[in-house]
Amino acid sequence: MGELRLMKGNEAIAEAAIRAGCDGYFGYPITPQSEILEYLMAEKPYEKTGMVVLQAESEVASINMVYGGAGAGKMVMTTSSSPGVSLMQEGISYIAGAELPALLVNINRGGPGLGTIQPSQADYWQSTKGGGHGDYHLLVLAPASVQEMSDFVKLGFDLAFKYRNPVIIHSDGAIGQMMEKVVLFDPIPRRTDDEIKKQCPWATVGKTPDRKRSIITSLELDPGKQEQVNLRLQAKYRKMEAEEVRYEEIACDDAEYIFVAFGTSARICQKSIELARAKGYKVGLFRPITLYPFPVNPLRELSTKIKGILVVEMNAGQMIEDVKLAVSCSLKVEHYGRFGGIIPTPEEVTENLISKVIGG
Amino acid sequence: MEKTINKEQIRKPENLVYRRTPLLVDVPLSYCPGCGHGTAHRMIMEVIEEMGIQQDTIGIAPVGCSVLAYDFLDIDMQQAAHGRAPALATAIKRLWPDKFVFTYQGDGDLAAIGTAETIHACNRGEHFTMIFVNNGIYGMTGGQMAPTTLPHMRSSTSPYGRDVEIMGFPLKMTELITHLPGTYYVTRQSVHTPANVRKTKKAIRKAFENQKLKKGISFVEIVSNCNSGWKMNAVQANKWMEENMFPFYPLGDLKVDGQIVEKK
Repeated sequence: MGELRLMKGNEAIAEAAIRAGCDGYFGYPITPQSEILEYLMAEKPYEKTGMVVLQAESEVASINMVYGGAGAGKMVMTTSSSPGVSLMQEGISYIAGAELPALLVNINRGGPGLGTIQPSQADYWQSTKGGGHGDYHLLVLAPASVQEMSDFVKLGFDLAFKYRNPVIIHSDGAIGQMMEKVVLFDPIPRRTDDEIKKQCPWATVGKTPDRKRSIITSLELDPGKQEQVNLRLQAKYRKMEAEEVRYEEIACDDAEYIFVAFGTSARICQKSIELARAKGYKVGLFRPITLYPFPVNPLRELSTKIKGILVVEMNAGQMIEDVKLAVSCSLKVEHYGRFGGIIPTPEEVTENLISKVIGG
Repeated sequence: MEKTINKEQIRKPENLVYRRTPLLVDVPLSYCPGCGHGTAHRMIMEVIEEMGIQQDTIGIAPVGCSVLAYDFLDIDMQQAAHGRAPALATAIKRLWPDKFVFTYQGDGDLAAIGTAETIHACNRGEHFTMIFVNNGIYGMTGGQMAPTTLPHMRSSTSPYGRDVEIMGFPLKMTELITHLPGTYYVTRQSVHTPANVRKTKKAIRKAFENQKLKKGISFVEIVSNCNSGWKMNAVQANKWMEENMFPFYPLGDLKVDGQIVEKK
């Protein structure tokens, strides 16, 4: 049994990073996620586990530090919020193209532009559809509690190394800032140099006579070879789609209508279910935990048993496209969103389910 | 009877005047004939061979003419996004502090798009080596104006010569970082004559040896030619470089063992 603590979501990410055996964190301050860097600097893990913590000169630098560290076989991460993550997109594309393991965190805030520092889910497309240039996917985890902020750091690193692919924790300012109880997992020692060399024979750790030199690059000028690189990436994404789908169903057994929502919106929908059931409507929640790979098949299966869906997001309607594709538009799918940093109330969510889906 | 000597009799160790270091991969270089990159590569790899640190060296290739440096150097290497080599090197050196880490960048990479990464890596006093090849032009993309293009110098994006009123001034990045407390050794060399090649090799050796001291950045600028971009043959380019580049970018040490070298 791990240690029970009351923590902010951002603090839980920082503590989980130390406990997961992370080798290096590189970040730049931006609201609403600066507590992660602050927590790490206060904890001084470089004196305890040997984990490197560095405040970079920009998000551009921090993502490229992650690129360098990941190429050298280390367990590295960065965190930021929406405008900062936009700055990182070139580096993220390089990391995906060079097939390196890395953990990224986006504590979403309202946009576009400098937007607002309040919570949002408006970077769904950026996280799930690429974000940077070229055909690539991040593996996207969407926590809905402080507990999952902690758990997904460990899960994220595991998946990143399993697939040699960057993983992003797609969260928002509400979960980053709110405090909840969290059961922290027991600390895992950082890998030794020999363990790293064994686990990552592709890494740049110094060429020894027994092997060819390790080269970390996303460049392949020959289009024939570059197409093969792309085909290899696509095969990896198909494998993720087959094996890494995660989701949660709440009160779906007898449901006639469901919400589809992730993160903070999913938390709100849990209350909206109670409000709707008090009025006599049989309502459930389908919560994608992996936003990519999107839980297409489970949602399609569920959709055959229900009459309608309200997709609830803190954006103008992004995940709804994946929901409609999953159910092949075979039933009514409506959207309710608040944006620009506004968090919807459970009451307005329930009202919109009734007016747009049930009664409409 | 006439005495003949066959090749095998000539190929004796005592007759050897030049040998390619085995750390340079035996493939054709992608550089134009006459370009200084090949010589700069050779100096780095000879130093790594002589120091016996092949197993402990990690290099960072940039975007630019030397983007494919990892094809030529038989060490572990990473290819960085344009301008970001010092960010990669920062992380690698901090995560593997006992390895020798170096960046290899051109002027557009290091002094334009990568200005922030260059200055901040130097100012943090990271303990790696930076090699800066300055030929005053963007070579790979076809001869556009660089941050180091001289006033009045022609390029494809300054076809009437660099007009500093419109295009701004050349950036002396090496002088600039000399004054940052995080740099330990800063020097400017060239590889256009055998004597200069020897000086450059000595500088690179010092820059690598310095990593053991963990006292900050060792920075070696190599002023080089780009005969393709300059639209000259190699001989003309070297002459032009001596007459025009060196007065603006004078050769010699700027900072040694953490002390700024005072100009006489």
